[in-house]
Amino acid sequence: MAHSYTPGLTVTEQTVIHRRRMLPLPGKVVVAVGDRVRSDQVVAKAELPGKVFPINLANQLSVTPGEMKGYLTKREGDAVAKDEILAENNPLIKWFKTEIRSPVSGTIESISSVTGQVLLREPPRVLELLAYVDGTITDTIPQQGVVVETTCSLVQGIFGIGGETSGDIVVAVQAPDDPLTANHLTSAMKGKVVVGGSFLSAETMKQAKAVGVAGLVVGGIHDEDLRALLGYDLGVAITGTEQVGFTLILTEGFGTIPMAAKTFTLLSSHAGQKASISGATQIRAGVIRPEIIIPQRDGQPKTAGQSQREGIRLGDPVRIIRDPMFGRIGEVSALPSELTKIPTESEVRVLEVKFADGKTAVIPRTNIEVIEGA
Amino acid sequence: MAHHESAKVANSSNVIVATDCGSTTTKAILIEKVGDTYRQTYRGEAPTTVEAPFEDVTRGVLNAIAEIEELSGRKILDGDQIITPCRDDKTGVDIYISTSSAGGGLQMMVTGVVQNMTGESAQRAALGAGAIVIDVLAANDGRLPHEKIERIRTMRPDMILMAGGTDGGAVNHVVEMAEYVAAAEPRPRFGVTYKLPLIYAGNKEAQPQVRKILEEKSALVLTDNIRPVLERENLAPARNKIHDLFLEHVMQQAPGYKKLMEMAGAPIMPTPAAVGLIMEAIAKREHLNLIGVDIGGATTDVFSVFEGVFNRTVSANLGMSYSVSNVLAEAGLANIMRWVPFTIDEQTLRNRIKNKMIRPTTIPQTLDELQIEQAIAREALRLALIHHKSLATGLKGVQQERTISDVFEQQASGQSLIDMLKLDLIVGSGGILSHAPRRIQSMLMMVDAYEPMGCTRLSVDSIFMMPHLGVLSTINEKAATDVFVRDCMVYLGTCVAPIGQGKDGEVCADIETTWPDGKLTKEQLKFGELKLFPLEGEQKATIKVQPAKGVNMGAGAGVAVTKEVHGGVVGLLLDGRGRPLKLPAEQQARVASLTKWFDAVGLYPKES
Repeated sequence: MAHSYTPGLTVTEQTVIHRRRMLPLPGKVVVAVGDRVRSDQVVAKAELPGKVFPINLANQLSVTPGEMKGYLTKREGDAVAKDEILAENNPLIKWFKTEIRSPVSGTIESISSVTGQVLLREPPRVLELLAYVDGTITDTIPQQGVVVETTCSLVQGIFGIGGETSGDIVVAVQAPDDPLTANHLTSAMKGKVVVGGSFLSAETMKQAKAVGVAGLVVGGIHDEDLRALLGYDLGVAITGTEQVGFTLILTEGFGTIPMAAKTFTLLSSHAGQKASISGATQIRAGVIRPEIIIPQRDGQPKTAGQSQREGIRLGDPVRIIRDPMFGRIGEVSALPSELTKIPTESEVRVLEVKFADGKTAVIPRTNIEVIEGA
Repeated sequence: MAHHESAKVANSSNVIVATDCGSTTTKAILIEKVGDTYRQTYRGEAPTTVEAPFEDVTRGVLNAIAEIEELSGRKILDGDQIITPCRDDKTGVDIYISTSSAGGGLQMMVTGVVQNMTGESAQRAALGAGAIVIDVLAANDGRLPHEKIERIRTMRPDMILMAGGTDGGAVNHVVEMAEYVAAAEPRPRFGVTYKLPLIYAGNKEAQPQVRKILEEKSALVLTDNIRPVLERENLAPARNKIHDLFLEHVMQQAPGYKKLMEMAGAPIMPTPAAVGLIMEAIAKREHLNLIGVDIGGATTDVFSVFEGVFNRTVSANLGMSYSVSNVLAEAGLANIMRWVPFTIDEQTLRNRIKNKMIRPTTIPQTLDELQIEQAIAREALRLALIHHKSLATGLKGVQQERTISDVFEQQASGQSLIDMLKLDLIVGSGGILSHAPRRIQSMLMMVDAYEPMGCTRLSVDSIFMMPHLGVLSTINEKAATDVFVRDCMVYLGTCVAPIGQGKDGEVCADIETTWPDGKLTKEQLKFGELKLFPLEGEQKATIKVQPAKGVNMGAGAGVAVTKEVHGGVVGLLLDGRGRPLKLPAEQQARVASLTKWFDAVGLYPKES
């Protein structure tokens, strides 16, 4: 390959981000371009059509679908209340009377004379789309959604679960290699985004749920504990809809891995500030990584564009993302261009990483990740 | 627009550039006519750019082609345009073609009346057209009506295929399903404002009612019934409609595809459909029964052609990177560990697999990591074949004539068509198989996963160019065949595996081999043994296998079989491990067996 493609996670003190907020179905946008919005403010609304309940009236009346019409007390489009009579027969002997009542409140959507099926629809449910971050509306897409812009500090995690939420940042540990324990979590952390260090145990998660934290940001967890938390073995990394009581963001990966010093320092420097976080992760077909967005207090968006990276350079801070040195952080000290044979006998492009202690290691280029953001 | 019409005639094409836009990487190859034959000469790749921040698939295509330009010295691009036709020896190409599975491929939902009859036929039609089937709904699928409606609502397919009923049969079940679909108002995955394409290929008597119910709510297309009578499937019209709608609707919504379609000189094909075409072509040309597999990062596709019948399945969540964790979930830890020649604690292994899932582009750096990945691959391959076998069946629900001789052995209708004894060739494709550091590793992964019986030839796709060749075969058959034979297929060799069980060290079979130089050797294959003999690519040997008592080579227990076997870059593999393949349950014994087998065939380098 002429260009080495090295995905990186952004950890940056200042950037401008745009978040597209889209309704799942056409609705109404309730803000305008230039409006300042808060994260919990509604920016668009839509009506989700109500649930549909089919009833085969012809079968229940023991008549053919063609004959069914004569027994109906309602017509297409009529409103019905729960337990209201939909159809009835008038036998000579009252004892044989059959009345069919509506199982739900709603409207009669359709009546089929082919199948005898009557479809009832519950009233629509209003779906409100929130702004998610404090910022300014820079674009509206009629009936569909908006774009919110904000100047912020941004930390991308590698994996998360749980949806969007927000809260003030609390740093619960002293150092990035301290594990977050249940003792660290106090009742004062209710509704907060709690930053831990290297590891989060099952016991700590339980405590987090009891305390009611909004989010947890740590270096790593064990897959076993994730499985216990979710109740199933996560097969494909498409997340964001889990409901486990809090949003969880891993900055490094699975196992006990100290949080990158840069990430820890950045989050620590914003302790007490409000952050919008999302655990949504989608690794296939369009990478979505979990994120921690800390809008800047002065709030006025600046038009600083994000610089596009061109490959990898000497001196870049990198994280090794595969065993045997998984999670170690260093900087690029050499970029040999020729293919190198690694212990598996594959010939691949490699680079040399220098660690803080002065030691170096040769690593396949695909097995490192640039820690991006100035 | 019928999908055949827009193919510009390209028989005179001497220089062809083809791309496959995968979910992560866009791979480009250059094919040139050298003398009388076509050869694949250069290749390039670049990240696929369907998603933000680019949201234009052609960017990745142009980047991949730019890499070919760099390597070949041929000028192919003029700004954002591909120069066609060739202007001179060093400028332009005659045609550009492409396949695509980017953005998650083509995702379909299918419906039928009876799940294992019209439901399965609909599924086969969709899979054969290159789709991923996200759900099969049927009148008898055990879900209550409101559950069906809820399910249709929550899924966001690219397209729906509705089948059900034989022509002239009862209409009410299929009309009922149409009512459910209409009530659910399904929404497409891409594009909020366009109507979901829906193909109706059920009982033709129900067409007027279906039209009335669904015409307003979807982009409805009616076509011939895929099961006009119970005894016959008619999948081609529905498959063609799927391809047409894929181009007309789905592709139009995906970012940059309009431009891509304009650039291409032939219709864009879904990647698996193109691979299927090429597999079908090999089977037909060489009169073979074959199984092909493409194991990717997210999905594993299995293709088979048995007695001329083509089938394809896709295991949407079995793969080596994005879906690697799901292989663990489906196969279970014990099944993966049985292929690993050392011990490792469960927690470490689980964490490693999850780390691969969240960082899918990483590669194994150490030997033990490679061995773990190849162990996972064996399980992914095995599970995908089980899935394939369950769908590649004869038609179910067909009346069978029985005679008195069937009294003791009644066969149900709908038997799997996959008969490992009749299998001639296994074709492997996808990174883990194509790029294994030693070819024997690819061969043994497939042998362990598929447990071929009797004599079976194995091969791999050298650099994963089957999709390109599949679409090429629609416009220039000769070019596709030339490149396929010379540059794409790498024959590994033949596996000889007698069927039966025995204690380690007992005689499994006596084998007499006549080598290409005329020399004759005799070999005793014992149970628990794996032996490898060199036999080069173009060469053939004749083997006479005399199985031990109770052991079968396909002609019956203890009956000798003489066969001509093909060589390859690996050679002739004699597998005396028995069929079905059983590994020792006890950990130490298992590690010892694996180590013995792996050493016998030189599977991995000796650790220094």
